[in-house]
Amino acid sequence: MGSDVWIGGGGVICGIGDNLPECIDAFRRMSTGAGVMENLSSALRSSFPVVEVKADNFTLAARAGLPSHISRTALLSLIAAREAWESTGLGDIRNYRVGFVSANTVGGMDKTEDFFAEYMKDPQQGHLHQVVNHECGSITELVADALGIRHHVTTISTACSSGANALMYGSRLIRNNMVDVVIAGGTDALTRFTLNGFNTLMILDTESSRPFDDTRKGLNLGEGAGYVVLVKDELSEVLRRGPWCRLSGFANANDAYHQTASSPDGTGNYLAMKGALEMSGLKPEQIDYINLHGTGTQNNDSAEGLAIDRLFAPHYPQVSSTKSFTGHTLGASGGIEAVFSAMAVREGYIYPNANFTTRMKEVPFSPVTGFSEGNKIQHVMSNSFGFGGNCSSLIFSMSTEG
Amino acid sequence: MNIYIQGTGCVSPLETAAEGPFPVVVNPSYEGARLKVSDPDYKQWIDIKQIRRMSRIIKMGVAAAKLSLAEASVEMPDAIITGTAYGCLDDTGVFLTKMISQNEEMLTPTSFIQSTHNTVAGQIALMLNCHAYNNTFVHKGFSFESALLDSIMILKEGNSRHILMGAMDELTNHSFNIISRFNRFKKEPVTHTELLQSTTHGTVAGEGAACFVLGTEKSDSAMARLTGLTTSYKPGSTAEIAADIIAFLAVHEIAQEDIDLLITGRNGDVEGDTWYDHVERTLFPNQAVGCFKHLCGEYPTAASFGMWAGCKVLSSGQVPADVLFKGKAPEKIKKILIYNHYKETHHSLILLTGC
Repeated sequence: MGSDVWIGGGGVICGIGDNLPECIDAFRRMSTGAGVMENLSSALRSSFPVVEVKADNFTLAARAGLPSHISRTALLSLIAAREAWESTGLGDIRNYRVGFVSANTVGGMDKTEDFFAEYMKDPQQGHLHQVVNHECGSITELVADALGIRHHVTTISTACSSGANALMYGSRLIRNNMVDVVIAGGTDALTRFTLNGFNTLMILDTESSRPFDDTRKGLNLGEGAGYVVLVKDELSEVLRRGPWCRLSGFANANDAYHQTASSPDGTGNYLAMKGALEMSGLKPEQIDYINLHGTGTQNNDSAEGLAIDRLFAPHYPQVSSTKSFTGHTLGASGGIEAVFSAMAVREGYIYPNANFTTRMKEVPFSPVTGFSEGNKIQHVMSNSFGFGGNCSSLIFSMSTEG
Repeated sequence: MNIYIQGTGCVSPLETAAEGPFPVVVNPSYEGARLKVSDPDYKQWIDIKQIRRMSRIIKMGVAAAKLSLAEASVEMPDAIITGTAYGCLDDTGVFLTKMISQNEEMLTPTSFIQSTHNTVAGQIALMLNCHAYNNTFVHKGFSFESALLDSIMILKEGNSRHILMGAMDELTNHSFNIISRFNRFKKEPVTHTELLQSTTHGTVAGEGAACFVLGTEKSDSAMARLTGLTTSYKPGSTAEIAADIIAFLAVHEIAQEDIDLLITGRNGDVEGDTWYDHVERTLFPNQAVGCFKHLCGEYPTAASFGMWAGCKVLSSGQVPADVLFKGKAPEKIKKILIYNHYKETHHSLILLTGC
């Protein structure tokens, strides 16, 4: 039904780059982002490396054109969303029916946790401007208002798969002719709340994370934002340099196993990937590259690996986890990795998986360890799995393919 | 394609957590400017060992979900879609305060795990062993409406028979205290019979969960058709929203006179209610008007309670006296328009038709 949905542009800010070209350059140079935290203030500073965006809030606010007391989640979001829009060459955003579908998991928690320190001493204390944008939806509206988007504005939060679900919903909005264009993706800033939360789950690595490696010990938390611009058929022709690729398939399934852990055989992961293939009408062997969820935890990587084995054997595509560079950016990761995946189709990039030495016992394949370009890539799958059993897969396809 | 509401479930400040008609006794107990959910016996739906670990929003959400599935006689939905503006505030508050008071040491995972916004949808999937599509919208006063739109778009694709969808928000002591500091709530004592006539600023805080089973078949339990939904973000004026309503009715080929009952999100806030005054006066001067926020309180997903109330009106053919705000209910009620706004920013229109 309805229009095909094309990727007309993209933007990213994360710990390996302030924009998409910088991120690609970091992959090329094998320059990973994990390090000692400089912007977040936490008692865990010396315990765990993080992948921070290398700029304080004043610098980000100046770039975004927002006040510096605004949540970092919104600052990151606006910078990436604006880059995404500008990359399309579509001009004045007010000329189109535009949707903004942004995912996040922390909302304005970075400010709320400062507020609560004061509020807990005295319930009449704490600056209200620190909590006024606590809600996830507030972050989205700050950015929508700054960009001048009014037609459709919403926020999705399904833990680590949030950003991918934003693309699905955005695609449906276009196919139902509710809007012409959707800026879809996600954002999340590092907070003490999430860092401590993941620490209680004992899944943070004290060193740089090693996704899909047998010696993996956990994930590094990161931060950032990433958005693609989804456009309908008619607009794909007026894009500055044509569409990057087509969002040809997607699926969302639930693992229904545990609130945080993946089922040992990755049931939800398997169902999401299989569903996305069915929607795109592709056979497993047609997928050229999978951008893995690949967090670096024992549980995720073995569940995801086994699900890939079950679905793709014996035709394993090339796979890698770009989280080995960016860290796990939670609600942003689905958006950031969608941009990387769409770029992979457009430019023939295969991204490296850093810090890899030893193949996992569970699966007969290994991730790609070096950056390459000029590959002939028709179809790329992007996986995002998370708490609550939420599993999502997206497929990006070369525009010439049916 | 028609979309039918095949089952509903509601946990609210009223005794709504039972199948059947709108409660006969309506006496929500206001504690100052705060309305709390009247907790049903959750053991009906949830294993007692799990109940101990669950915060109220999870219990309310699971109860409403299970009630709606039972009413629709659906065991396994083809999608689970929720909306919650604030998410799991209680667990968030627990983890946050411990993190601060214990200087980021000796924390335990339970409240963090249960603090994520998709906890309720994930718990429902887990309890039903449901591997289907699962999504959660967290957009302030559009959280419920976005979940509803996602459901409609998925049903239109034709691969799903039943979608379990709903919205839930909980009020905690922290959230009530903090939102009170923004002067959002009444300072003076007020009762549910007086709230809607109030001439002062502010409203009463509320909470609740309402779930619906939507499907494309007119099942035995179907009580209404969901015939239309639209939202407007930050409309510039009452004239703009009035034009939106006229356009919305035109899309659905309905004349203003065809609306038998207008249900509004009137909440007793003298400023916010001017939107409803304008729409009632200019577009529906002769129609009966119903209200619901004096019964459930104001919260970002309260429109879900409004839709639940609309379903009860259509299934019984009667407007409960406590819902009727203005005018006389017609003999036969076929079409209901629900107009709600949250903080004058998020405006939504939901059109229900009897079946």
